[in-house]
Amino acid sequence: MILVRDGDRTVLTMSNDYSGEPTEFAMVVPVPTLLEKGQIHVGDRAVLDHLDAYSAPRLVEYFDEDPCRIYAEERNMQKMAPQAIGSMMDRADVARAKSLGVTIEARYTVGEYDILILSAKQSGGLETWLVENGYTIPRGATRVLGSYIRQGMKFFVAKVNLGEQKRLGFSYLRPLQMAYESPKFMLPIRLGMVNADGPQELFVYAITKNGRVETTNYRTVRLPEGMDIPEYVKDQFPRFYRAMFTRQVESENREAVFLEYAWNMSWCDPCAADPLNADELRSLGVFWLGSPGPQGWNPGGPQNTFITRLHVRYDAAHFPEDLVFQETTDQSNFQARYVLRHPWKGDGTCDAVREYRRTVRERRVKEAETLASLTGWDLASIRRRMGGGWSDEPDKPSSWWEPMWKN
Amino acid sequence: MRADSSRPRPPLDPRLYQIAVLSGLLIYGLGWLHFDITPDRAALLLSFALLTQYACTKLWRLPKFDPKSALISGLSLCLLLRTNFVVLAILAAVITISSKFVVRYQEKHIFNPTNFGLVFLLFLGVPVWVSPGQWGNVAYFGFLMACLGGLVVNRAARSDVTYAFLISFALLQFGRAFWVLQRWAVPLHRLESGALLLFAFFMISDPKTTPNSRAGRILFACLVTAFAGFIQFGLYRTNGILWSLALWSMAVPLIDRLLPGPKYEWNRARSNPNQKARVPDEAPSSLRQPALDRPALGPTGP
Repeated sequence: MILVRDGDRTVLTMSNDYSGEPTEFAMVVPVPTLLEKGQIHVGDRAVLDHLDAYSAPRLVEYFDEDPCRIYAEERNMQKMAPQAIGSMMDRADVARAKSLGVTIEARYTVGEYDILILSAKQSGGLETWLVENGYTIPRGATRVLGSYIRQGMKFFVAKVNLGEQKRLGFSYLRPLQMAYESPKFMLPIRLGMVNADGPQELFVYAITKNGRVETTNYRTVRLPEGMDIPEYVKDQFPRFYRAMFTRQVESENREAVFLEYAWNMSWCDPCAADPLNADELRSLGVFWLGSPGPQGWNPGGPQNTFITRLHVRYDAAHFPEDLVFQETTDQSNFQARYVLRHPWKGDGTCDAVREYRRTVRERRVKEAETLASLTGWDLASIRRRMGGGWSDEPDKPSSWWEPMWKN
Repeated sequence: MRADSSRPRPPLDPRLYQIAVLSGLLIYGLGWLHFDITPDRAALLLSFALLTQYACTKLWRLPKFDPKSALISGLSLCLLLRTNFVVLAILAAVITISSKFVVRYQEKHIFNPTNFGLVFLLFLGVPVWVSPGQWGNVAYFGFLMACLGGLVVNRAARSDVTYAFLISFALLQFGRAFWVLQRWAVPLHRLESGALLLFAFFMISDPKTTPNSRAGRILFACLVTAFAGFIQFGLYRTNGILWSLALWSMAVPLIDRLLPGPKYEWNRARSNPNQKARVPDEAPSSLRQPALDRPALGPTGP
């Protein structure tokens, strides 16, 4: 989810990695206002991938030029699989909807999507309508839908229009975007929890003018970062990151939202990917960027765009209510980065080399311990994986007499 | 010094207990919850709060420099105020403490100092913020116990406003959840905020800024709740309680006129035979100079 916000204006981009049959794709999203056709747009997935790559937790390697590995993420969205694609409704359908207290406020085809904006008087009617139109409504959704209705929310319902998709020639589903004006700075997550087996993962990218975004009704916690970790993690960074994240989630009693990245978009050092250019930002909905000047965009220039990347693992028990955000004026930068230090592998017998090797040994001990404490992995198996034979030696500090008689 | 066994020992100034509670919370926040504030910044805020208190004591020719209230205000600022700028942190401390000397009406300061400091800076639109969601469970329940314990230990004289606020605020949250068909976990989760406790036990309870009569105080608490609810559920903005308290503080003189009551005097306990003498400090000066920094009897604010 990407939330671009300034004042009451919000542009929400919903990306999804749906890989099943497009006929089975559908989503229902509570929205705070009715949306006109012009407020709905289909975005470009490449820009989202770029944003992800730019802000992802990363490894930083010293003495090596290899590109950092990007944490492969899974995104989850509020999905409801329809059993069958509903045909476009005729007048009888509208009458039926009306009898259920459901009003079809608008009906648009945008890109490859058929979109309905619904408002409803009661959850029972809405549920019936959704079921009659081919949506599988999980048990327990009635109450959640009812709650959104009472809060004056409307429902944004999208399905794939196969004809349009074929005509446009996209083999994947592009992100849906909507622009609206509402004081509510929140993300509805409760529908997504209804039919979930376990906890769900959500990434929220917030792009704002003034500073970092945080949740006001849950703790926002910075992930531990900046530590030196063993070299071998390079080949399994996603695994490392998942383990570390899980451990952090547990240590916060599964009630926290985690900050992965907070940065003023105008610069980054080191960047895992180039910052987004003005066109990309505009396509994500950064409406306050003016149109490009005659010279185009100046990458070093002030962008007035601050990006916050939040990672949430949520379930109904620990996240009873939707995420509510506030924009702070915090401009301090943060990134979840982990450091690989590749030791020098050359030959040499001078004292300096011996001293250097000793510091490397000490460093490796510390790296192994850091990794164990971050991930909860077994220290012995970490040492085994680190190799180098050092694990046979006890990691006691060298004695003062050793250098005396070694030569 | 040894206490004379023939006389009941005067109870400890309740503010010492409050300072201990707030300091403990701040240390926990810094060490375990990773609040967005460094120990240096906290030390700076506290130093400037004390310095301002000292300067104002001299300027207004108060008989004695008493750091306790200023410490409570400073600690509350450390717990609530966040900013990237040192200058703004200093400004916040100075505004907070000096407000109780400057912003006065009929010998009472109008605003709770911490509340004023925060709302004033937020109102100016300078880059400061308050993070209402940064409290873990442990901190919350520990703080709750400490606050409730404080009520019992100090046999608070004006705890009615705290109770009235907490009850009305809980009713608001549960009522809203009932209306929008939410699970009870939602209002419970919303009440689980350290900032809310800090507000209820250290800000709204400030006896020098609340109405004089009990009816007035209960009305005051309910008004604060109502407007905070409007900000939260009508305007969808954060920190409704802070804004609401600042707003209704300005109406306290009016409430006092509509629902008159005896003015709060720190040394009233002495003339009241039913109460133990508990404020053994210079009574006459309080007649000359309104009590700005005398010990509080209740769960008082700074």
